[in-house]
Amino acid sequence: MPLVNGGKIADDSFVKLAVDTPLPEGGDILVPAERFIAEADNLLKRAGKVGVIWPNNRDIDELVPWLGKVATAALVFPTFRDGRAYSQARLLRERYNYRGDLRATGQVLRDQFVFMLRAGFDSFEVKKQADAEAFMQTAKRYSVFYQPTGDGRITALHRRMQLRHSEGVGT
Amino acid sequence: MYAYDEIDRTLVNERVSEFRDQVKRRLSGELTEDEFKMLRLQNGVYLQLHAYMFRVAIPYGTLASRQLRQLAHVARKYDRGYGHFTTRQNIQFNWIKLAELPDALADLAEVGIHAMQTSGNNMRNVTSDQWAGVAPGEIEDPRIWSELIRQHTTLHPEFSFLPRKFKIAITASDHDRAAIKIHDIGLRLIKNEKGETGFEVLVGGGLGRTPFIAKTIKHFVHGRDILSYIEAILRVYNQYGRRDNIYKARIKILVHELGIEKFSREVEEEWQHIRNSSLQIDDEVIEDIRARFSYPAYEKLPHMPDELRQAAADPDFEAWRKNSVAPHKVQGYSIVTISLKPVGGPPGDATAEQMDALADLADKYSFGEIRVGHEQNLALPHVAKRDLPALWKALDRLGLATPNVNLITDIIACPGLDYCSLANARSIPIAQELTRRFANHELANLIGRLHINISGCINACGHHHVGHIGILGVEKNGEEVYQITIGGRADENAALGNLIGPGVKFDEVADVVEDIVEAYLALRERPEELFMDTVKRLGVEPFKERVYATR
Repeated sequence: MPLVNGGKIADDSFVKLAVDTPLPEGGDILVPAERFIAEADNLLKRAGKVGVIWPNNRDIDELVPWLGKVATAALVFPTFRDGRAYSQARLLRERYNYRGDLRATGQVLRDQFVFMLRAGFDSFEVKKQADAEAFMQTAKRYSVFYQPTGDGRITALHRRMQLRHSEGVGT
Repeated sequence: MYAYDEIDRTLVNERVSEFRDQVKRRLSGELTEDEFKMLRLQNGVYLQLHAYMFRVAIPYGTLASRQLRQLAHVARKYDRGYGHFTTRQNIQFNWIKLAELPDALADLAEVGIHAMQTSGNNMRNVTSDQWAGVAPGEIEDPRIWSELIRQHTTLHPEFSFLPRKFKIAITASDHDRAAIKIHDIGLRLIKNEKGETGFEVLVGGGLGRTPFIAKTIKHFVHGRDILSYIEAILRVYNQYGRRDNIYKARIKILVHELGIEKFSREVEEEWQHIRNSSLQIDDEVIEDIRARFSYPAYEKLPHMPDELRQAAADPDFEAWRKNSVAPHKVQGYSIVTISLKPVGGPPGDATAEQMDALADLADKYSFGEIRVGHEQNLALPHVAKRDLPALWKALDRLGLATPNVNLITDIIACPGLDYCSLANARSIPIAQELTRRFANHELANLIGRLHINISGCINACGHHHVGHIGILGVEKNGEEVYQITIGGRADENAALGNLIGPGVKFDEVADVVEDIVEAYLALRERPEELFMDTVKRLGVEPFKERVYATR
């Protein structure tokens, strides 16, 4: 499954661990929430980055104390129809000011990219190679956004206000 | 009328090209039907019994004549020459080819019409009072707020994959024509003691298999906070709404399971986090939207022009006027409802020719504006009273002057088994038969206001629960069986109807309705006592006794 990071297909340095996989000596690891919460201190001591895979039905508040320490937070889309992780992503970015890597995992398809970018995701485990290759093109599909989110894109309402004021200057 | 600016136009065009790409990928096999299904639904495309069905949004029920002409064009070019107006201010085309859909959308985009979020598990087309901006006594035009919410809910990055569909309706009049109490969020525009605009917010209404009347979650939310409050409701719903069972996934079930107190506490907590964010609306933003709604330059006209006085001698005109013409907030003008319920016709259908002709009439008599109501009728909102006789003649020639608005033959019905892949039973033929049984205008008038609503399955698209007489078609041992309720209503006193007795067969439905009506005529205290008031006073029993005595 290709990883898109920074808009490009990139190598994934993280190895995913199950709840009971023996801990590798080095290297970057992605750990299920349950295991992360139970072994956080231990996991963070070792060399290599630690990321956490956070299920979409687990309260994100629990992750908040660790936000400064994880290298990536991976949120899950069990199917593309299940949109809970969009809320989790916005909460992490906009309420808890998480600035680290926010990864979308699960059934991640091309037609969700714009929504995911707007919700604050910056890396994507994309289901299909063709979708990953089309990332940059797809991300530029829209130039107009009606809602304010943490991604900082200017909303239509505010663009109108700016236009109004700039017109006002000349008259 | 709201005029799209370059920003709105750009977004609609971007959506069209996105959908064109999605259709292309489906046709090439790059997308599976399962993947494509969600994408097409987000753009109003269903796969029905015979073909793709295409549902186009008419936000808050306002159409310009050039938009109606373009709908006629789509009906003619891509469909079979007609369209079907629905109960949620949409129009549906039933025979569209998938490969041609992007072109149909592009044609609609030229006049600022789209099909975004007319289906799928997202925030649907925002609906409002079809008399908005012209109804006497209205607090203020709810369409300004409807448009604000339309924009905010369009392609929302957080709420486009909700547990289930989500519908918002807004009213600003005492008499609720937008049926806000059967919506996921109902907004009643009110003023606080300082004269500031805000909303009573209701939540958790809906019909379907488990009907609920919406409950008030907050008595006053200031206008400036309405987007953040809606966002808070949606965020709670997106995270906690059930996703394990499609029939329990609507917000009404969450509200019911948590209880309104607990649910409102959750929303309140979320709201406190976001109410002072960029979701707060400046007055300037509201004014900007308001400025892009244009209002007619009304003339100063007499209350009773000569033309109207003279036409009063014609009993056919008078029958129509009394039935279909309502007071306007400006003296000398009227609101004219156009019945799409001719005797023997499918409720809510209009041909391309009728749409074109209506667009012309709107230009001539209604400042180029047409409205669409949830009762599946249209309206011309600004008709000078002096023009009523001429308009009536023109409508009559088009078959659009049936004087049955709000009467027993003004039936709301879903497409039913004739079109719909979800349906268990036919709806349209029942409606057609009923319009024939009660075709006599004297009789219909004698009966007075009476709404019949018909759904061809439990999903309740025909809003049968809130019909004064509700008819629900189900399937029992391979046969269509119809359950009949009485006493429902969708207005400010919204209530769910009660079952009158065992289900009846297709052929018996019209007889049972006739029996119910006969019972009502015998039971009412005086001619002014409306059907729903008699049912309220007496309950179901006396009706049941009379209807089932001989069955």
